Amino acid sequence: MIELLTELLSYAFVVRALIVGVLVSLCAALLGVSLVLKRYSMIGDGLSHVGFGALALAMALNLSPLEVAIPVVAVAAFVLLRISENSRIKGDAAIALISSSSLAIGVIIISYTSGMNADTSNYMFGSILAMSESDVLLSVGVSVVVILLYVLFYNKIFAVTFDESFTRATGTNAGRYNTLIALLTALTIVVGMRMMGALLISSLIIFPALTSMRLFKTFKQVVISSAILSVCCFVAGIILSFIFSFPTGASVVVINLLMFVIFSAIGLVKKAIA
Amino acid sequence: MKLISCEGVTIGYDGQRAVNNVSFDLEQGDYLCVVGENGSGKSTLVKGLLGLIKPQEGSITFDGLAPNEIGYLPQQTVIQRDFPASVSEVVISGCLNRRGLLPFYSRLEKERAAAKMEQLNITDIRKKSYRDLSGGQQQRVLLARALCATEKLLLLDEPVAGLDPMMTAELYQLVAELNQSQGITVLMVSHDLDSAIQYGNKILHMKTATAFFGSTADYLKTEMCQQMMGARKND
Repeated sequence: MIELLTELLSYAFVVRALIVGVLVSLCAALLGVSLVLKRYSMIGDGLSHVGFGALALAMALNLSPLEVAIPVVAVAAFVLLRISENSRIKGDAAIALISSSSLAIGVIIISYTSGMNADTSNYMFGSILAMSESDVLLSVGVSVVVILLYVLFYNKIFAVTFDESFTRATGTNAGRYNTLIALLTALTIVVGMRMMGALLISSLIIFPALTSMRLFKTFKQVVISSAILSVCCFVAGIILSFIFSFPTGASVVVINLLMFVIFSAIGLVKKAIA
Repeated sequence: MKLISCEGVTIGYDGQRAVNNVSFDLEQGDYLCVVGENGSGKSTLVKGLLGLIKPQEGSITFDGLAPNEIGYLPQQTVIQRDFPASVSEVVISGCLNRRGLLPFYSRLEKERAAAKMEQLNITDIRKKSYRDLSGGQQQRVLLARALCATEKLLLLDEPVAGLDPMMTAELYQLVAELNQSQGITVLMVSHDLDSAIQYGNKILHMKTATAFFGSTADYLKTEMCQQMMGARKND
């Protein structure tokens, strides 16, 4: 086991992937608790697809992928949030439309410029080789900002998640914090999607929160458990992918699924005993 | 002393007037019940009072009451039913308006939350999860949270919806106590005409416009009230 780990850590790309992955998992798990509870899970999914379109565009224009994707996805976060809040439009249907449209446009751009190749597959399903050194720096910066803002606004995020009308009524600008949550989610998704893949990154947001809710009963416990679970599943996923040469993103998702099943089972047993 | 005065308030959505030219005053210590059928504009009026929707016409003025000093008890949302949060986490979130931009709660807020939980007799369940509580206990928790936010005015929106008769009676009793012994002004939106008459000292009957506003004693003399009470007796 130790031999395996030393071997793993001797590769610079693995170390880079681990640094970024651990930070992104942490951010995704924190934000995921609010998104899942507010029934905004689809926003994460929508944003990752928009991110895919933006990456394809950046490639075609020969620009730096993150520098294009971050603003595009941030704008999309605003739009998707407005759509979800506006009950007159069917929010989930509108998000599905935006997701698939961005994916379609992205695929067309890619096939027109470089043709469907290994790159396309990497964007969709992630690649551990995706992170360059400058990407790592940017990712670390973004993740640190996300975590700091989350901790600073923790109490407000709780209040807005639990009861938006009460929070508004007592003078907190709930819309501002919804926007904050959506923006932080956008940043997290853009940073994480090239490793996890556009189609799989949203699982990083949804799984840890849902899994933790099977067992834990207070908000703080759920947040802490999600954070720990997310990081552990990511590291386990990387190891799994290294041993069996599985794709990284898919391995992380499968480990998350496994934990979800285990937590659900324990939850059911606990309920049966009580 | 007037806490809130509404003058000629009109609020509408989508070109329809949900609240049409409604005027009333809320004095300190009042227990005002807003009654009316579904679609009579009660909930819209509440949103107007909370500042969630701006009135198109008329004015809502607060006196000696900051707009964030309304202890609001909203209708329960779907989100809350399976929400993982402990009772103390929910109650202390009522102190948020005291913090401004400061990120964390101080000892003062923790003590305040503890005092409110004690007052509403939920201290022994403070570590329980909100989603595991009975409907009546959940309302107590939300009431404690509202009291953390303010000691001046409680605004309750259909507080007994979904409660069984015992819990309903208990909640009415509790609110009446807060009104009488603590002098907290109460504004309650309700379907339940009987308890509105039993507990409220003033009634606002809405039919989009004001159908009646005045003391409960005067309301009992109106034809409208007698009709509604009579209609039910014949059921």
